[in-house]
Amino acid sequence: MGIKAAVLGPGNIGTDLLVKLQRSTAVETALMVGVYEDSPGLARARELGVESSARGIDAVLERDEIQLVFDATGARAHREHAPLLAAAGKVCVDLTPAALGPYVVPCVNLDAHLDAPDLNMVTCGGQATIPMVHAIDRVADVAYAEIVATISSRSAGPGTRQNIDEFTETTARGLERVGGADEGKAIIILNPAEPPILMRDTVFAQVRRPDAGAIETSVLEMLERMRSYVPGVRLRLCDVDGELVTVLLEIEGAGDFLPPYAGNLDVMTAAAAEVGERLAERLLSGAGATA
Amino acid sequence: MITLVDSSLRDGMHSVRHSFSPEQVAAVAAGLDRAGVDAIEVSHGDGVGGSSIQYGRSVFPDAALIEAAAGAVSQARIAALLLPGIGTLRRLREAQALGASIARIATHCTEADIAEQHIAWAASHGMTAVGFLMMSHMIEPAELATQARLMESYGASVVYIVDSAGALVPNTAAARVAALRSELRAETAVGFHAHNNLGCGVGNALAAADAGASWLDGSLRGLGAGAGNAQLEVLAAALERSGHETRAELFPLMDVAEEVVAELMERPQIIDRTALSIGYAGVYSSFLLHAERAAAKFGVEPRDVLMELGRRRIVGGQEDMIIDAAAELAEQRG
Repeated sequence: MGIKAAVLGPGNIGTDLLVKLQRSTAVETALMVGVYEDSPGLARARELGVESSARGIDAVLERDEIQLVFDATGARAHREHAPLLAAAGKVCVDLTPAALGPYVVPCVNLDAHLDAPDLNMVTCGGQATIPMVHAIDRVADVAYAEIVATISSRSAGPGTRQNIDEFTETTARGLERVGGADEGKAIIILNPAEPPILMRDTVFAQVRRPDAGAIETSVLEMLERMRSYVPGVRLRLCDVDGELVTVLLEIEGAGDFLPPYAGNLDVMTAAAAEVGERLAERLLSGAGATA
Repeated sequence: MITLVDSSLRDGMHSVRHSFSPEQVAAVAAGLDRAGVDAIEVSHGDGVGGSSIQYGRSVFPDAALIEAAAGAVSQARIAALLLPGIGTLRRLREAQALGASIARIATHCTEADIAEQHIAWAASHGMTAVGFLMMSHMIEPAELATQARLMESYGASVVYIVDSAGALVPNTAAARVAALRSELRAETAVGFHAHNNLGCGVGNALAAADAGASWLDGSLRGLGAGAGNAQLEVLAAALERSGHETRAELFPLMDVAEEVVAELMERPQIIDRTALSIGYAGVYSSFLLHAERAAAKFGVEPRDVLMELGRRRIVGGQEDMIIDAAAELAEQRG
């Protein structure tokens, strides 16, 4: 028996996450929650053998056995959910850009915030690039990190489109707080080409100790760690030119529910599943059970 | 009546690697103001907040440049460009506080909906909100009109067809303007922003005016990305000869081009092989200097890099893919 969990938000992200969580032994997804009875996402959850409810956050709050909640709704909804879940003693992994709780990027700081009631997954661009900024920073000291995330238009949902500033601002803060850059900047580009392009991420880092060998070794080591949960991440280039480090990545999604081109969404759900797994293992072992 | 917008101090920034100083900006803006140009756009080439490794660092902050321009004019309005995904609303607020009263919000031509927040904010905060549909050659006129209607619905009172790649010619430019003109409300103006990579900058702007565009961009001496924009002083003369009225005076405009801007140029604004390749391949004009740099670093031809980017249907802002394409071409050559 795993730790009982609920997924809030039966959209593309929530469904893809559900598929990933079903492979877990530590997490047992007991409930998919939406707000519309006729939501196709709720129907998909039922097809996958998971109970569903259209009663929103209340459906989770009244279930004492649910200890872990994944919020894949939107930033505004999460701001309402977070205090309610915290008061009910449920740990929340937040996939929205609300950025209320501490930022978690599994291959950088998975264990740093396991006691927090609400863990934020930054943004898709952050999950893709912060590991590389951290890899460079730990050997070369990053003064300034800039990332460019290019995603296919088809994989950019209405949430991203209506508040694109939230993406750039949250990602930039993640580059600083988790990546270790003194200053961060994020750029997002949507490309409508058909067939849809894979997610592309570029990291530029201005470093104080430009040791090309050490940087490359550190980047490759981090790439392997990322690949343990995002198998579709590939390194296209790692170039050290004076004090400027350039890393080009390409991310192909696992194709669990979302199509493979949506590497940006896959990196987010894969990271959230990884954090959920860790939280569940910890709850199973008894640690943090008093929280 | 045509509203003329000068882009020398924004698009022109691409050709001087975003290096204009507040003093230079003030001198150009004062000259444009005396010549009766309606609006002057000022910022990094990729808009406010564009300073970056990806697009090139600004030597002076956008705020200092906008402030300098606003302080140098008496009648002309100051415009600020913002590309959602690159700059944020915070930068637009700052620009407005320093004297910008026109907000030009630019997206790739299929992605108008990422500009809703910014256009709506500008329109509701006393700015003239202008929608900018970049890389307009990549989609058909009817599809462009649909995107323009979205921008209009968010509050844009002007929507531009932006030929970022300089890939349009007079008939394809006119067809796009006509589609917007027939789909948008009568009180919404249609604008046209040209690049001269196929030698059609001024010609396209004239064709756009004939098809109903009433806001036209140009820059002095053509200063701008790729082979530059429609050369503003030439456009003013040509508009007059073709029967379109503007508020600009030709001779003072010629004088500021010749006496101020010519002195500031780092390279002649000509259609060289690389610039022509940009127009022919249909890629973003600001790729010019980046493509030359990446091609030199990886030992390949800029033209081959640009044609490869065209094949990949790369959009504006994807300067990092220039490095990717150059590295890949170098690897293929062994």
